Amino acid sequence: MQKNTPAERLYNGIIAENPTFSLMLGMCPTLAVTTSGINGIGMGLTTTVILTASNMLISMLRKVIPDKVRVPAFIVIVASFVTIVQFLLQGFIPSLNAALGIYIPLIVVNCIILGRAESYASKNKVVASIFDGIGMGLGFTLSITILGLIREFIGAGTLFNVDILGGIGYEPVSIFILAPGAFLVLAFLAALQNKFKVGAAKRGIDPSNPTTCGEGCASCGNIMCKGRSGK
Amino acid sequence: MKELLIIAIGSSVVNNVVLSQFLGLCPFFGVSKKIETASGMSAAVIFVITLSSFVASLIYKFILIPVNATYLQTIVFILVIAALVQFVEMFLKKAMPPLYQSLGVYLPLITTNCAVLGVALTNVQKDYGILSSTINGLATALGFGISIIILAGLREKMETNDIPKAFQGFPHVLLTACLMAIAFFGFSGMI
Repeated sequence: MQKNTPAERLYNGIIAENPTFSLMLGMCPTLAVTTSGINGIGMGLTTTVILTASNMLISMLRKVIPDKVRVPAFIVIVASFVTIVQFLLQGFIPSLNAALGIYIPLIVVNCIILGRAESYASKNKVVASIFDGIGMGLGFTLSITILGLIREFIGAGTLFNVDILGGIGYEPVSIFILAPGAFLVLAFLAALQNKFKVGAAKRGIDPSNPTTCGEGCASCGNIMCKGRSGK
Repeated sequence: MKELLIIAIGSSVVNNVVLSQFLGLCPFFGVSKKIETASGMSAAVIFVITLSSFVASLIYKFILIPVNATYLQTIVFILVIAALVQFVEMFLKKAMPPLYQSLGVYLPLITTNCAVLGVALTNVQKDYGILSSTINGLATALGFGISIIILAGLREKMETNDIPKAFQGFPHVLLTACLMAIAFFGFSGMI
């Protein structure tokens, strides 16, 4: 596929470099808000909007922002969009705002957004960056919705709040919608991924070394750590 | 005094920042291979979170509220944290080289640790005063330290274990975290 075309960017974000399953980025919201499918979609789309907008603005300003202060500049841009989106949610979808709570302002420190700003938007043209944001955002939405649906299905017997298993006398395993369930479901999804050698393993990243911040700095795309960890 | 104690116990073990609020997962998984690095990271986190929740609540109370700009909290807090981390790093480098040697590696990683921003925002959300905010920050960071050091200890023990191929690496760390989260549920009746 031709590089940097809109279609290629969408494929890259949703499948090839899916931020959750293949890059292991943005773990906090992935685990915290996926108690139901609806929450997963809400968080995913909120992140998509912010990611697309910030990618667009950063790409527009890529020749204006001096290299030395680019990180603070990116953070201010992202934080402004987060604030705007938070007000929109408060005004128009208050139920989602209440369900996601503190995790909306915390989108600012989501590795995916700063990572894309640094590794893609600050180096590429505006249209490609917009589609990169949409693709990455939708990939994130897809994976956290799947995680949310699994937890909701086992933990409450429903899918998108529609009762599925209640009719046949299913007793919900409520630990799946509590904190430990998040770790459990993600552990099994990551194990499946290891088993079939998709994502991280296929792309040559050592699966035994989680590519989150810290030791796996080179692959995490987190601009705060890059070249500074001393390792 | 009693209220402060309840805040401290509540945020350090009952609502543990990592295991029940899912904040600061990146360092929790990334820097927990050895007890030594885990304790270095938790020392740096305790230092930065306590300081930043104090400074953030000062700024919120004496600047943002008087000028009626509380809606800017997210932007202001993240900038304060980033600046503070830079400042602490420079200060330690000049004034306390031994401490910088042990903490310096971890400091830059902390800016994007969502626990730091999370604590600052929680303090505002719960209407804590300056003293309560600082205590809450300290307790939350201690909770982070407790859980990351326990995880590192478990991982050191499990290093030579025979683990099914698919579960090697990230999945079995997640499973360990899952069991720890279940164990920490035991604290939930305390307050």
